[in-house]
Amino acid sequence: MSRSLINWFKFASPATFYPLAGRVIPFFAAAAVLLLGAGLWTGLAVAPTDAQQGEGYRIIFVHVPASWMSMFIYCVMAFWAALGLAFNTRLSGMMMSALAPTGAMFAFLSLWTGSFWGKPMWGAWWVWDARLTSQLILFFLYLGFIALQAAIDDPRRADKAGAILALVGVVNIPIIYFSVQWWNTLHQGASVSMTKAPSMAHVMLLGMLLMAFGFWAYTITMALMRVRCIILERELTSEWVKRNAME
Amino acid sequence: MKPRHKRLLLILVALAVLGVAAALVLNAFRSNLVFFYTPTQIANGEAPKNRAFRIGGLVKAGSLTRDGITAHFIVTDTAREFPVQYTGILPDLFREGRGVVAQGKLGDNNTFIASEVLAKHDENYMPPEAKTAVEQAQRAARTLKQ
Repeated sequence: MSRSLINWFKFASPATFYPLAGRVIPFFAAAAVLLLGAGLWTGLAVAPTDAQQGEGYRIIFVHVPASWMSMFIYCVMAFWAALGLAFNTRLSGMMMSALAPTGAMFAFLSLWTGSFWGKPMWGAWWVWDARLTSQLILFFLYLGFIALQAAIDDPRRADKAGAILALVGVVNIPIIYFSVQWWNTLHQGASVSMTKAPSMAHVMLLGMLLMAFGFWAYTITMALMRVRCIILERELTSEWVKRNAME
Repeated sequence: MKPRHKRLLLILVALAVLGVAAALVLNAFRSNLVFFYTPTQIANGEAPKNRAFRIGGLVKAGSLTRDGITAHFIVTDTAREFPVQYTGILPDLFREGRGVVAQGKLGDNNTFIASEVLAKHDENYMPPEAKTAVEQAQRAARTLKQ
């Protein structure tokens, strides 16, 4: 590890990560505002009406990026969980706790907008098909993670328990993603995927991607802001926090 | 091997085992986790006999007839087809030639008596002009073939 160009372990220390996070937050916050503004404008004003669903399809510009983000954030949490368990870094656990509320919010947003979309298009607020059910499980995994961490007083033990839950739950992510291929579902297949050309008009795709990148920037901003609070809370007694507080 | 590498390896092995276990469970569930049965599956006797299930497929073009608020239509998966009867309001996206999922039971004279009809749409999004262009191109291709 010592031979690599950047010493990554340096940033695993809360004392060095805290100021770094503080410096990059404004850039991600600005990017989030710009991208979400451009994405909403493209999606709601510029993108054409859909031939099949009329104007109602425009909920896709929130629904799909939110669903992607809810799955991606869980994968990032599992990554931090594995890193934390293997290398015993304090920051990994803090990153997990910082990401969980945003992930839960996106999972809820995905279910909520999906419900609003399902009623006019399918004729039902909710159906128990494989895609919807596995996404609901993801939402419960987020809530379970938050509850588990909150229930254990010792932060190191809370991190360990949370990390194991995050790692076990990651099995659900491929199930959500492939559910529409593996089973007969009411939910339609993916419009955008790695293996084939997107089956939607270019302007619609642009709006969706802008929203997706906007949600990324938003997530990074929120997670870094939250992790800074968590770092301060947990390192309250350490020398560098006291020095910071004096300044 | 340093202890941290040992732990990392342990996590990866545990994840792999968990993945295999999940794959086996899902594979066992595969036939039970279907949201709907296609007319071919019903013809092969795969659908449950005495309890409610869902039938899914395309509404056959020209098969929709209305008798008051009772609608009769034929669900097809292009290989087999099955008649469906439904009393109630059909969803907005319900159209001939489009996807549909109906919940209900098998009635007498081999008709599916639906208690709920859901519209299933595909994953293609395009403006109406593009849709017209695609349909014209398909019609032209069909005429050329004949």
